[in-house]
Amino acid sequence: MKTWLTLLLCLLLGVQSAWAAAENRLNFDELYSGGGALGLRFSDKVRSFEGSRVTIRGFMAPPLKADADFFVLTREPVALCPFCSSDSDWPDNILVVYLSEKQRFVQNNAVIEVEGELEVGSWTDEHTGFVSQMRLRNATFHTL
Amino acid sequence: MKITSIMPLCLGMVLFSATAQAAPAIYPVDTARFLGGAKFDFKVEFDRELKEADANVRINGRSVADVFGAKPEFIKNEEGKGSAILLRNVTLKPGKYTVSAKDGKEEALAKWDVYGTPEKASAKNVILLIADGLSMGHRTGARLLSKGVTNGMYNGYLSMDTLPYTGMLGTCSVDSIAADSANTASAYMTGHKSSVNAIGVYADRTKDPFDDPRQETIAEILRRKTNKSIGIVSDAEIEDATPAAVVSHTRKRSEKAAIVGMFAGIRPEVLIGGGSAYFLPRTVPGSKRKDEKDYVEDFRKAGYSLATTRTELLKVMEKTPDRLLGLFHTGNLDGALDRKQLKKGTVSKFPDQPDLTDSMDAALKVLSKNPNGFFLMLEAGLVDKYTHPLDWERAIYDTIMFDKVVAKAQAFCDANPDTLLIVTGDHTHALSIIGTVDDNLPGELMRDKVGIYAAAGYPNYKDADGDGYPDDVNVSRRLAAFIGNYPDHYETYRPKIDGPFVPAVKDENGHYIANAAYKDIPGAQFVPGNLPRTESTGVHSIDDLVVGARGPNADQIHGFMNSTEIFRIMAEAMALGK
Repeated sequence: MKTWLTLLLCLLLGVQSAWAAAENRLNFDELYSGGGALGLRFSDKVRSFEGSRVTIRGFMAPPLKADADFFVLTREPVALCPFCSSDSDWPDNILVVYLSEKQRFVQNNAVIEVEGELEVGSWTDEHTGFVSQMRLRNATFHTL
Repeated sequence: MKITSIMPLCLGMVLFSATAQAAPAIYPVDTARFLGGAKFDFKVEFDRELKEADANVRINGRSVADVFGAKPEFIKNEEGKGSAILLRNVTLKPGKYTVSAKDGKEEALAKWDVYGTPEKASAKNVILLIADGLSMGHRTGARLLSKGVTNGMYNGYLSMDTLPYTGMLGTCSVDSIAADSANTASAYMTGHKSSVNAIGVYADRTKDPFDDPRQETIAEILRRKTNKSIGIVSDAEIEDATPAAVVSHTRKRSEKAAIVGMFAGIRPEVLIGGGSAYFLPRTVPGSKRKDEKDYVEDFRKAGYSLATTRTELLKVMEKTPDRLLGLFHTGNLDGALDRKQLKKGTVSKFPDQPDLTDSMDAALKVLSKNPNGFFLMLEAGLVDKYTHPLDWERAIYDTIMFDKVVAKAQAFCDANPDTLLIVTGDHTHALSIIGTVDDNLPGELMRDKVGIYAAAGYPNYKDADGDGYPDDVNVSRRLAAFIGNYPDHYETYRPKIDGPFVPAVKDENGHYIANAAYKDIPGAQFVPGNLPRTESTGVHSIDDLVVGARGPNADQIHGFMNSTEIFRIMAEAMALGK
């Protein structure tokens, strides 16, 4: 009986750790660790997840251009207003999401969950010129 | 009635500007009133391709080359839109000018009034304080929250209430009766009206946002004609429209990376604000540049002392530097309510930001080192940033902060009476205070708890620490204030203590819909918008601005004036036309 229980426990733990490995969870407060006006610092967690598939929840901002193949994921819903900010005035803790398949933008007005491969470092989108510091590639998303 | 049938009527009433009439278009535009000796670009756009000999432009009956002493460039066909003539960096002596432009079919006329200034300056220093979007509601709200009222009498006045000269400003634009902070600031900084989104230029027909006909800015004139120091301070991004207008020329205010280069061109002795993202090369996380230029390093090499936190600022100021660059945020700084009390917004990421009063102290100390005097433009930029998304409590806290800056400026004027101080906004918002919201009033809905007339009574804010700000913004009987134009949103009848209000979010059709994040707040009420569905927030109003002033030449501020008069009054005080 004892052996059987130990086996079950091991199995459960194994399953859990495998699940955890598949599900590298990030949240918006964990993207940067400090920094300031002279630049932000990527967090250790972001560095450790670099190149892996991660899951993060946030709000989908409207696409920059109708034919853009990416969207911007933000911590809070973003309303861009031409006179309080220009289109380039995104919050600095954003994630750019490149989808594995084109999906039409839908305003869910609610949190979505995105999964994709985490890419870190400055990169300029060749079609739009949009500069990002952090991206999810081959991503998928779903509503909660 | 069709527009064409009312046109002659309106033209007769001079309701339309030259640009609204048929081509040619003349820049500077008809009705322009500007400073003699200040540089500007002269341009005439014809609406079809002409032979050079058929482009007949005369100024007071003389040829352009004769008047300006240089031959204008003839552009055969400008982007397929017709011919043009262009002559940059010209000046005129004071006088009345009539420009006539004929293309063989149409004739356009522009009348210019070019003024001079006295030979001798009446002011050594000029301080221009602008609370972006400052409206009557902000002032009244700041006085109510900061001073309070007893039996109908205010317990005290705001510092801005005590300025001896008061007037009203009209802020209309070349292209519209409405305005944004770009062309309103441009009017103050160049003396010319401009178009929505444009700074230091007339908006011409070409696509290039950097080729439009320019007007010399006050900073450029000061550099060319005087040895005065220049200070530019904001708590918004330093590249934002109001601070940018002191030095910049662009059709598009959103060209923020280029605007940093224009600051570097002028090198103001004091440059303090947010927006470091546009100073950092693109490889640095937090940068919003698209190139590798490092303007922090560029300014350092030019001899600037750098501060990036309040602590650093105080440290740098222990030995007053000759040149100061303060960059305290990658974007806009946080306002007084978030920094001092709620710790929301981006305060957790930027926990050590200076107050605008700290920046004012530093600016005055650095600028005062120059025996020839200075020009300082300081903007409380967040009054507007918070009023747009209907977050009037944050806007009013920042108006209180702005008034503390005004008090510091008044103290400086007391000690330095040869200082002209002008205090104003740059456009208004439709903010009105109508009473109180009392949680203890009976009623099923929050709107039933809005106390009006006698039921409004007095709000129960407390300021136990005497810092001029209510200790708690979310009291049980608080101000009832409303903004008269808005997108779809949820009205919650209480301050947004979890962070600045985001009233609406964009949907897949490009329409802004009410942000559901506020839907479940107890008492929240859906309010359908009264603006086009493409608008994300409230918009500027065209209502007049209040302007107050003291010091040399301040007596010219009275009654109603076009906003460009602010430039003239400052230029006169510093004798910039000499």
